[in-house]
Order: sequence, then C-alpha cells, then structure tokens
Amino acid sequence: MQIGVLKEARVGETRVAATPVTVAQLLKLGYEVVIDSGAGNSSGFVDTAYVEAGATIGTAAASDIVFGVNTPAATQLDLLREGATVISLISPALNPDLLSDLARRGVTAFAMDAVPRISRAQSLDVLSSMANIAGYRAVIEAANVFGRFFTGQVTAAGKVPPAKVLVVGAGVAGLSAIGAAGSMGAIVRATDPRPEVADQVKSLGGEYMPVKAADVEVSATGYAKEMSDDYNARAAALYAEQCQDVDIVITTALIPGKPAPRLITAEMVASMRRGSVLVDLAAANGGNVEGTVAGEVVVTANGVTIIGYTDLAGRLAATASQLYGTNLVNLMKLMTPGKDGALVLDWDDVVQRGVTVARAGEVTWPPPAVQVSAAPAQAAAAPVVMAAAVPMSTNRRLTYVGISAALLLLLVAAAPAALRIHLTVFALAIVIGYYVIGNVHHALHTPLMSVTNAISGIIVVGALLQIGQGNTAITIIAFAAILLASINVFGGFAVTRRMLSMFSRS
Amino acid sequence: MSVESAAQAAYIVAALLFILALAGLSKHETAKTGNTYGMAGMAVALVATVSLAITRHVSSLGLVLIIIAMVIGAAVGLWRARVVEMTGMPELIAMLHSFVGLAAVLVGWNGYLLVEGGGNSSEALALAAQGSLGIHHAEVFIGVFIGAVTFTGSIIAFLKLSARINSKPLVLPGKNLLNIGSLVAFAALTVWFCISPNIWLLVVVTIIALLLGLHLVASIGGGDMPVVVSMLNSYSGWAAAASGFLLENDLLIITGALVGSSGAYLSYIMCKAMNRSFISVIAGGFGLEAGPADDKDYGEHREMNAEQVAELLQGASSVIITPGYGMAVAQAQHGVAELTRKLRANGTTVRFGIHPVAGRLPGHMNVLLAEAKVPYDIVLEMDEINDDFASTDVVLVIGANDTVNPAAMDDPTSPIAGMPVLRVWEANHVIIFKRSMASGYAGVQNPLFFKENSAMLFGDAKDRVEDILHAL
Repeated sequence: MQIGVLKEARVGETRVAATPVTVAQLLKLGYEVVIDSGAGNSSGFVDTAYVEAGATIGTAAASDIVFGVNTPAATQLDLLREGATVISLISPALNPDLLSDLARRGVTAFAMDAVPRISRAQSLDVLSSMANIAGYRAVIEAANVFGRFFTGQVTAAGKVPPAKVLVVGAGVAGLSAIGAAGSMGAIVRATDPRPEVADQVKSLGGEYMPVKAADVEVSATGYAKEMSDDYNARAAALYAEQCQDVDIVITTALIPGKPAPRLITAEMVASMRRGSVLVDLAAANGGNVEGTVAGEVVVTANGVTIIGYTDLAGRLAATASQLYGTNLVNLMKLMTPGKDGALVLDWDDVVQRGVTVARAGEVTWPPPAVQVSAAPAQAAAAPVVMAAAVPMSTNRRLTYVGISAALLLLLVAAAPAALRIHLTVFALAIVIGYYVIGNVHHALHTPLMSVTNAISGIIVVGALLQIGQGNTAITIIAFAAILLASINVFGGFAVTRRMLSMFSRS
Repeated sequence: MSVESAAQAAYIVAALLFILALAGLSKHETAKTGNTYGMAGMAVALVATVSLAITRHVSSLGLVLIIIAMVIGAAVGLWRARVVEMTGMPELIAMLHSFVGLAAVLVGWNGYLLVEGGGNSSEALALAAQGSLGIHHAEVFIGVFIGAVTFTGSIIAFLKLSARINSKPLVLPGKNLLNIGSLVAFAALTVWFCISPNIWLLVVVTIIALLLGLHLVASIGGGDMPVVVSMLNSYSGWAAAASGFLLENDLLIITGALVGSSGAYLSYIMCKAMNRSFISVIAGGFGLEAGPADDKDYGEHREMNAEQVAELLQGASSVIITPGYGMAVAQAQHGVAELTRKLRANGTTVRFGIHPVAGRLPGHMNVLLAEAKVPYDIVLEMDEINDDFASTDVVLVIGANDTVNPAAMDDPTSPIAGMPVLRVWEANHVIIFKRSMASGYAGVQNPLFFKENSAMLFGDAKDRVEDILHAL
C-alpha cells in the first residue's frame, strides 16, 4: 500500500508527519511512500533527503494511507480516495463535527491523540512525545525572556542568585520542564495533585510541594482529574505563596476534553516580581493563567511576561517531527503484522480500537473504556478487590478447616486403638513441620531440602528391623533398602555441611 | 528399663532433634548447629534401632549385612557429597529422593512378605488379634504406592535436570485422564487388597505407581523443576510416614510428616512465586496454552559490548545483579563473584536480587553464589529488593528471562500475567546477558529486551563476565 505524507495546511505548523529516517522504516514495513513537495521544509528536511531515503514526490492526499500532523484541510480531504485511511492528530473530543465529516466521506480515521494510556501503547503515544518537547521548549522560551541566569554564580563581578522555577503539574510536560530547568541550574519546585509523582519529581532534581488535602486521586485514564473545592482552595493558597517567591512559573495542567483549570489568578500574577515569566502550556485550552492569550506573549502592567504559545512542540520542529514520525511508524508496525505493506486493523486490540475514530461511514469515538495499566490506577482499584476477596477466603479457609477436622474425626474414630495414637502423632508432626519451616530464610532452601532428604533416610530404621529375621528374600530386600537409605543419610548430611560452610558474611 | 522401652525413648529424642534441625536451618546463624542436631538425631535413632534388632534376635549374618550395607551406603553417599558440583545440586537432590522412594517400596514389600506373605506367621496372628490386620494391608499398599511414585518421579527429574533427557514437557493425549485414572485404579485396588491380599495385586499397584510417577514428572517442563523437586521431597516424606504406619514406628511417622509438610510448604512458596496453582504445575505444560506464536513487533533491541558495559559499571554507584538458570549453566558464578569484589572495592554498592524460582531448585542461586564466596548479606530476595531498582544505576541480568519479564505486570493476556517479577526495568540501565534473542522457558517474548534503557550483551555468560573483568 502507499502512504502519503501531507504538507501541513495549517498556518504556522512547522512539523511534518515523516522524516527521512521514518520513511526508511516505513519502506521496511513494505509500504511505498509519497511526499508532498516541500512537506518537510519548515522542519529542515528537504525533498531530496526524502528521495534519497526512498520516497517519491507526488500528491500525498491520493494515497491509500494519508499521514498528517494536523487533520487534513477540507481541500486535502476532497482529494482523498474512497476508503482511504487518515492518520493525524484529531482531538476527537473537541471536534465532533470533524468526526462526522470524516465518517460521511467514508474514510477510516486514526486519531494519534486518542491512543489509550497503557504501557504497551507508550511507543505510539504522541501526547507524551509532544508534551516532552513542549515542556523542554517552555523552559527555553522562559529563559529567552527572563533577564537573568538560571544558575547561581559567584563571579569576580559579583554574585548572581539562581532562578527559582515553579512547575505546576508533573505530567510528561511538567517532568520534562523540571529536568530542563534543573539542568540549567535553576531551583525547581513542582506541584501535582497526585502524591505518587513526588519520587519522579525528585529523580529529576526538583522539589515536590504537596497540597495538603484529603482527596488526591487519579482518574481511570491515568490523567489528573478535576479536584474538589477544598483541594482547590488549598492549592490556590500554595500558588499565591509561591508566586511571590519564584521567578518563573510553568503551568501544564490539562484535563482531557475539558477547558484547562484556572490555577493562577490575575492577583497572583500581579504579586509577582517585575521581570518574572509565566509559560502557560494549557493556553490552547483556555489557559491555567488568568490573562493568557493563546499564541501570544503578553506583558502585564507590572512587567510580568505571560507566554501563551500553543505551538511549543512545533518550535522544535525537527525533533517534534522525528518523534511524531516514529510514533506513526510504531502504529504502522502494530497494524502491519505481516510486514508486507498491508494494513490490518485488529478490532479486538484495545490500542487499535482506541485510535480508530471513524470507520466504514460511522463515528467510532469514544471507544469502550480501557482499564489503564498505570500503577496509580491499579493501586486505587486494589483495595476494592481486596475488600471483596478477604471475607471470602476467610470463609473458605474456615470451610476447609471444618471439612478436614470432620474427616480427621471420622478417620480417627473409626481407627483401631493402636492406629489412633499413630494418627495423633502424625497430625501433630505435620503441623510442627509446617510451622518450623514457615520462616526459613530464602537462601537456605537448598540446604533445607538436602537436610530433610538426609532425615527422610530414617526409613533405614524400618529395613534394619526387617533384616536377618530368617527369611532370605526379606533379608536381601532389606539389605538393598539399608544400602539406599544409608547413601541418603550420609550423603544428605555431608552435602548440607559442605553447602553451609560456604555461606559467609561480608 | 528394657531395651524396647529405651529404644522408644531414644526415638522421641531423635524426633525432637530432627525438629530442632529443621528449626535451626531457618537462619544462617543457626544453620550449622541445625545440621549437627540432625546428625545427632540420626545417630541416636540408628543406635537404638540396631540394639532393638539385636534384642529381637537378628541373625549374626543379618548384623554383618547391616554393617556392610551401611558402610557401602556411607561410602557412596560421602563420595557423592564431596565431589558434586554446586551447579549439579538439583540432580543430586533428585537422585537422593529416588533412593528414599525405592527404599520405601522395598520396606513395603518386605512388610507384605513378613505378614501377609508369611502365611500364619506370628506377626500376622498378633495383628489379627488386635483387629488391625486390614489396616496393615492398606498400609502396605499405600506405602508401596507413594514410594514407587517418588522413585520413578525422581528418576525422571534427575534425568531432566542432568539433561540426559529432553526437559520439554511430555504431552500424551488425555494426560489428566491418565493421572486421575491411575489414582482411581489405586483406590479400587486398595479396597480389593484389603479384602483379599494377593501378591499380584501388589505387583500391579507397584507398576501403576511407577508409571504414574514417570508420567507425572515427564509432563512437567524444566522451568517448573523447583516445584517438582520440592514436591518430590514432600512425597519422599509421606513415603517414610507411610512406612512408619506399616511398622508402627512413631519416629518414622514424625520424621516423614515433618519432611512431607516442609516439602509441601516449599512447593507452595514456589507456586506462589509463579502465581500459579499447585495443580496447574502438576498438570504440567506452561508454554503449551500460550505458545511462542507471539510475532508482535516490540521494536528493536540495542547491543553493547563488554568494554561499554565495563565503562558503564565503572561510572555506576549502585549495581544489582539478577542471576537465573543461565548463570548456573554457564558456570559463571565465580566470574560474577570476582566482578562483585572488584566493584565493591571500587566503592560501588553491589547487591543480588534473587527471584524465588530462579534456577532449578529452591535456593539454587544462593548456593551457587555462596560457593563463589559472595557474602550472603548482599544476596536479597525479590521482595526485599524490588523497590530499590528505581534508584539503581545498572542492573545486570545474567541468564534470567521470565523472572524479569515486564509483560507479567503489563500485559494481562500474557501467559505469565500476574507472576511476581523483578522490576529491573525501573533502573537507569539494564544489561541483559543472553546467548540469543530466543524466548525463555515460558515461551513468551520479553519486552524488557526492547526497552530504551535495556541493552543486550550476547554470548556465553562466563566469557562475557570475564571480558568485562578484563576491561575493568
């Protein structure tokens, strides 16, 4: 099949859906690749580079599979073949009209921003790869506007204090920003409603600032969810306090399918020092900062700069194109099981089902809910399961104990007197054996086995009492039994001794 | 005080010494004392039994035979114990289990010949007077059955472990039916034998049990051997206990029950470590349900050479090594220990993470590392070390595969889903020592190899470790 890579129609879009590197990978999967002339120019990839990688220059929109960064423009959609497949960012939650338009045209549409957040799908997760770039770029933009060093220095010309950066939201973008700002030498603090990210923040050199509130949770999708009023009030107090202290604030709070939460109010902005910088990564969805203008840089009356770029990832066009292109290649790998250039859609695979937003004339979004495998979500689910399981197992255990007690009772009651004593001894010895072994150190399992092996050679006692009692056959058999059991007794103890003498402490 | 009552007292003492022996084995500090208790218990029991035999008028030929048998047995046992390689430990233990099994069969047969087979012998008359002759029939039968299953089961386990036969699970059509059928046949024959004892019934049950043991273990694959070996350990205990009932000897009953329940508990620990039920292990076939028909593309793996790994290790401040069966096969433990010493001398924190079912025997890895003089306090269990991977610079995975497979946690459709694994992928760098990209015992591909922070170091683990030592 043929893959077409569109020249992006959206004004200001610098990214492209394939780079020469990813073209080569697509060819390996058995596809042919056609590129719109000049598609990669703004990312720094010229036509000749694509041709060298094996692509041809032509009309991309007429291909079987059409790659775009943004949803193709209406003029490009009109060029599509009947039954073609379109793969791009679509934002299905925000664009119901676009979805029905795609469905009406009879195309199959995969939304790269609808990849379910499960570990297996990480390699296709565009939101993560773009957020990573955006977080990095946000720090660069802030540094560009900020009039001082990030790192503190003591120079011959005097002392420079380090910049203080607050990152709101420690998702992929937030963590990336923490890492970037930290490596430039700034003091980085971060807040997030999910306390489990504290370690991740710390690992990147940031300081986690928890909001002290009762309800900290994660939604089933692995993204942060909207928080309660109490939480919001406490968080606001924290932001207000921090705004007066820090030089740079980077906000990354986004809730999928909803307007961005307003976290930094105009008063907080007004309380910041002159020359401070705010970068609002949620500008496209309304902004976390009051006063953000999407796509613009605003300077407030008190000299604070609010950066509201919505194309932060695109400002690192080459890397963004490469990562996006690789995400697409990974999707194609998933959907090309035969590596024969034939796209096969597995409707039972949650990842493939999840990205498909239109198919055979129907809108297929939203997909059925997927349980996310992110650890926090499981932790939240676990207590419920435990609560259900524990009483059942207690009951079951009681039943088992009851049944075995009844069986034992019947057995012992029915047994002759001589056997009864033996059964008692037997039952007690089993229990002792269980408790004695119960807390054996894991390193000693092998010596334990060899010593139990040696003592089970005690069966020699039986043979010793049978030998030499007159019957030749019995004596011969008993002789063999004594010999075998002796190997066990002596060999078992000796090898245990040998092993134990090897264990030593440092 | 007659010899008889003194012997009974000695048996109690011996039984208590055995309990102390097992209790002592639970900690490193007391393990050697525990072993000594065991030996003392055995000595007491043997002396008491031989004196008892003498009072029961054992013929002088019998006494000589006892001495000859014990001398030969001791010589063979001590010789094997001295020369066995630590990597060959699983084979030795499986072999020893088979001896107990066979001895139990022989004792059972003797019990039959002495009582049922001896016509109206004095023993038979005494038992009949007590009304427990029927019980004796059943005891003979049960003892022989358990002993025979243990015997052939252990032989097969030995052959598999020593790679004399293929360790792949044997799949006969209707294998569960075969197992259940032979158990039903055993129950039916027991009833028949109790009603009319007959040597042919005993022959038949012995054959059935031998075949059952053979089939039971043959249908279990190599990677499940830790469970199988501890299960056979348990069986050998029950066989001894059954002989105890047969001979009305409390020492045998106590010891058998101790060994039986401890083996069962160990099997339970192993099964829990694989998140599988005991039945499913016994029923065999792990890779069978899923099969390696997994041609999903996980991306590409990276390779490193020994010099690069050495460089990485030099820069690391904390290293965790997770060994598996591959380390035992390659005999790489000495090189690994040397590497550990060098890195520790360098100021690097080195620790070992041991998965409960690593190797072919419970605790196998610990014994190998101990042999190579790795201090036991840096060898940690999975639960002790699992949370530390995230703060570790480099993890060396040496010959382990399924026990470090992230699919067990991430992919609910994986055949090993839910099995607790070492979370090595949380570390900054993971180096995997492996011969090739082949899948592990469970036949499942390992997504770990394709993670961004993973790199493969191909080749024989021993050679590669030596290359690294060289480069350091």
